[in-house]
Amino acid sequence: MNTSSPVLAIDNLSLEFPAYKNNVKALNGVSLHVNPGEIVGVVGESGSGKSVTAMLSMRLLPERSYRITAGSLNMLGRDMLATPEKELLKIRGRDAAMIFQEPMTALNPTRRIGRQMLDVIMHHQKISAAQARLKAIALLRDMHIASPEHVLESYPFELSGGMRQRVMIALAFSCEPQLLIADEPTTALDVTVQRQVLLLLREKARQRGTAILLITHDMALVSQFCDRVYVMYTGAVVEEGRTVDVMHSPQHPYTRGLLSGLPEMVEPGQPLLTIPGQVPNLASLPEGCTFQERCAYAMSTCAKRPPLIAINEDRKSACWLPVQELSS
Amino acid sequence: MNSAVQEGATQMVPSILELNDVRVRFPVSNDWLGRPRGYAHALNGIDLQVRAGETLGIVGESGCGKSTLAQLLMGLIPPSSGDLNWAGHGASESSNVQIVFQDPQSSLDPRLPIWRIITEPLYARGKVNQAHMREVAARVAAQVGIRPEYLDRFPHQFSGGQRQRIAIARALSSDPDIIVLDEPTSALDISVQAQILNLLAELQRARNLTYILISHNVSVVRHMADRVAVMYLGQIVELGNAAQVLDQPRHPYTRLLLDAVPRLGVAMHGEQVAAPTELPGNRQLPTGCFFRERCSLSTAGCEKPQVLQGSEQQRARCHLQS
Amino acid sequence: MSVNLTAAPRARWAEKLAYLGYQIRRSPLTMAGLFITTIVLLCMIFAPWLASHDPNTLNLGERLAPPSAEHWFGTDEVGRDLFSRVLFGSQQSVGVGLFVAFASCIIGGLLGCFSGVIGGRFDALVMRLMDIMLSVPSLVLIMALAAALGASLFNAMLAITLVRIPSYVRLARGQALSIRQMGYVKAAHTFGAGRWHVVHWHVARNAMPPLLVQLSLDIGSAILMASALGFIGLGAQQPTAEWGAMVATGRNYILDNWWYSTFPGLAILITATGFNLLGDGVRDLLDPRQQGK
Repeated sequence: MNTSSPVLAIDNLSLEFPAYKNNVKALNGVSLHVNPGEIVGVVGESGSGKSVTAMLSMRLLPERSYRITAGSLNMLGRDMLATPEKELLKIRGRDAAMIFQEPMTALNPTRRIGRQMLDVIMHHQKISAAQARLKAIALLRDMHIASPEHVLESYPFELSGGMRQRVMIALAFSCEPQLLIADEPTTALDVTVQRQVLLLLREKARQRGTAILLITHDMALVSQFCDRVYVMYTGAVVEEGRTVDVMHSPQHPYTRGLLSGLPEMVEPGQPLLTIPGQVPNLASLPEGCTFQERCAYAMSTCAKRPPLIAINEDRKSACWLPVQELSS
Repeated sequence: MNSAVQEGATQMVPSILELNDVRVRFPVSNDWLGRPRGYAHALNGIDLQVRAGETLGIVGESGCGKSTLAQLLMGLIPPSSGDLNWAGHGASESSNVQIVFQDPQSSLDPRLPIWRIITEPLYARGKVNQAHMREVAARVAAQVGIRPEYLDRFPHQFSGGQRQRIAIARALSSDPDIIVLDEPTSALDISVQAQILNLLAELQRARNLTYILISHNVSVVRHMADRVAVMYLGQIVELGNAAQVLDQPRHPYTRLLLDAVPRLGVAMHGEQVAAPTELPGNRQLPTGCFFRERCSLSTAGCEKPQVLQGSEQQRARCHLQS
Repeated sequence: MSVNLTAAPRARWAEKLAYLGYQIRRSPLTMAGLFITTIVLLCMIFAPWLASHDPNTLNLGERLAPPSAEHWFGTDEVGRDLFSRVLFGSQQSVGVGLFVAFASCIIGGLLGCFSGVIGGRFDALVMRLMDIMLSVPSLVLIMALAAALGASLFNAMLAITLVRIPSYVRLARGQALSIRQMGYVKAAHTFGAGRWHVVHWHVARNAMPPLLVQLSLDIGSAILMASALGFIGLGAQQPTAEWGAMVATGRNYILDNWWYSTFPGLAILITATGFNLLGDGVRDLLDPRQQGK
């Protein structure tokens, strides 16, 4: 693994959204990093904070709606939280790019694809419109789109979901960013298209040495696609490590609960193993470990919130339990 | 059990619903006189029998016609040709079918209290006695795990999983025989999905329900379904016992589909990134086998329309099935 | 915002009010609007107790007296106390405005909902009718109606109501069209619900927020319209005090007796502005919260 400085480094970040009575503590000490050229997955359910983390990394959250209460966020060595908007405009798209779940809303439905692509390319690169158009065609062809000129002339609604997502990926790669953040990029797509899009993403990222941060709720996807994974719960990372290790022998009870609740883990027709209870309200998080009221292994020490404890050099788990081997 | 006995056994279970060569098409883009210029052929010859007490899974991607099938089963659209036969009822009496939708947020009226939402099927039919309705709602809500003191609350005060429970309670309130589950857990978190699937299984046992489970999530279907129908472009391309179809698919499309499903711990192979895998449109139906242009095995004989061939346990619409 | 589900109902109401108060406090303009409209409504209701004199008592000895300690707003050409007349006039102008706004909202809203749900020829017919009504300038239409039916308060209210219905019909119809697409309406259809059921239970309730917003914004202009009618002499007739009529009569005396037109005019201005600010505030309260969820 490349040990030069990470492309994205989030350290103990805490963020809250001011609200009526209690503030919504969306992030509670998140620490994660992405090394150059890696594919890292962030897995979690609603309320885990994964999308907030992604949006914040590009400073895409509305300015006055949140408050950083602790920690730092550095992208390519730059403190993203302190960077003024003017500089951010140069960073977004060029050094780091982002693709979202629903490409229909990311593309302007009233303008042709070609116009939108040229806008982005010319915003970051000082080239003429004709050159930008050639570049766009080359990019689309690189995305295995058979007739790029036709796509450039089309409106977004004329293309299928998979095609639109490929256009988005083309745009994301247009300025050779070092980091690509993908927030549930294939959730809205059919399974066969999803596979294609992900393979494409991986191929292009490896070719260009771009790191990918993939946000998803799909454990199986992460296990196929990502080198490392972070599991998030109520705004904090509860487990991290190499994907094969985490999937094969999860340490944190939440990760175990998530994996054992998958339908493929039991015989058809047998009841699924569930995690009791519900995700706690982010506006009134309990003291200590936020998972303890749902945890089968809860102990008295859980009253004090566990930090991420290293299990070995690249595995960590935010749990007081001693390391256990999971029988597969 | 050998296959002959098995076949005999399965045939003894009565079918409560039969679809015979059902086709549905929608007119699109009318010309200035109001005559349609073309048709979208949503269902192209569906033959299906639903057996009492089973869970029939319907698997397919967008454009395969599964949502049209759901609407057809609910009586919202009539077939353009072919017919539906409900065992024991006349053609118009399909009122014993209820549906649970995918999105618990938009399928519940945000301005009605949940006891009213749960008993809506009864209200809609005009049998209304308010006091009695609340009792019915309380009873059904208890069965899905919603406490009676929450009956006056509104949908936005519940979580996604709870809302889906409310939607299930609504489907149960009129005591149906068949429930169509249209992607019941796709919009839910994984841990909530497990709870809802367990609930559905319990309810099926307790009330002897028949489920028609429409989903693109193969692992959910594998877990819940007894039999599975794989749809492609308005046709059933493979039909049979769930374990067999999903573990040993015979139709090339089923294989393609199952291969693409992410599986825990199984690496993704990097081939065929460029293969054309978008569904052809349904305005102009392909001649012969619908899957021909995407099929890696296509050969002579595929230009003829294919029929479902095989045994009761597993049938595929392909003359090449190995 | 999550309400405490297990609290007793009265506590929940108190909680909701407190939250409402919090949201209103965040917008000073809305508070100003609320303040003004409260004052106006109090004046309307408590006019008999707040007035210093009887508004219709003539006092020819004190004709056209300037504002003083006894007559805060001065007197008119037959010596009636203007302060009292302005207070009682609020009942006419604001009362008419409120009635007209609510009536047109309810009638227009229902018509629009049904039009959107039923569709087809009924819908086409209704929309063309509304188009016709909208194509005639509203004041001309009101004047024509009022003149034809005779100048009286009731006819004025009828005329204004009719003229304001089309915008509500359009709004409600648009809402009905999009609500029809919602999952819960489709669900209702699967249960065998008829059109009346769908409108009654689903469409009308969910179409309400934009209609309410429109209503709150409209009250201001309804009041202006009522005053305008009074100004041109259609509407409440003498000797009933009415702001528009007072402004009109005051024109004849304005050069030497500035107070006559000024105070009723100010009353119209402040009242309409207050309701408008409140309307803006209502719109802000209702919209982002719904989108935020």
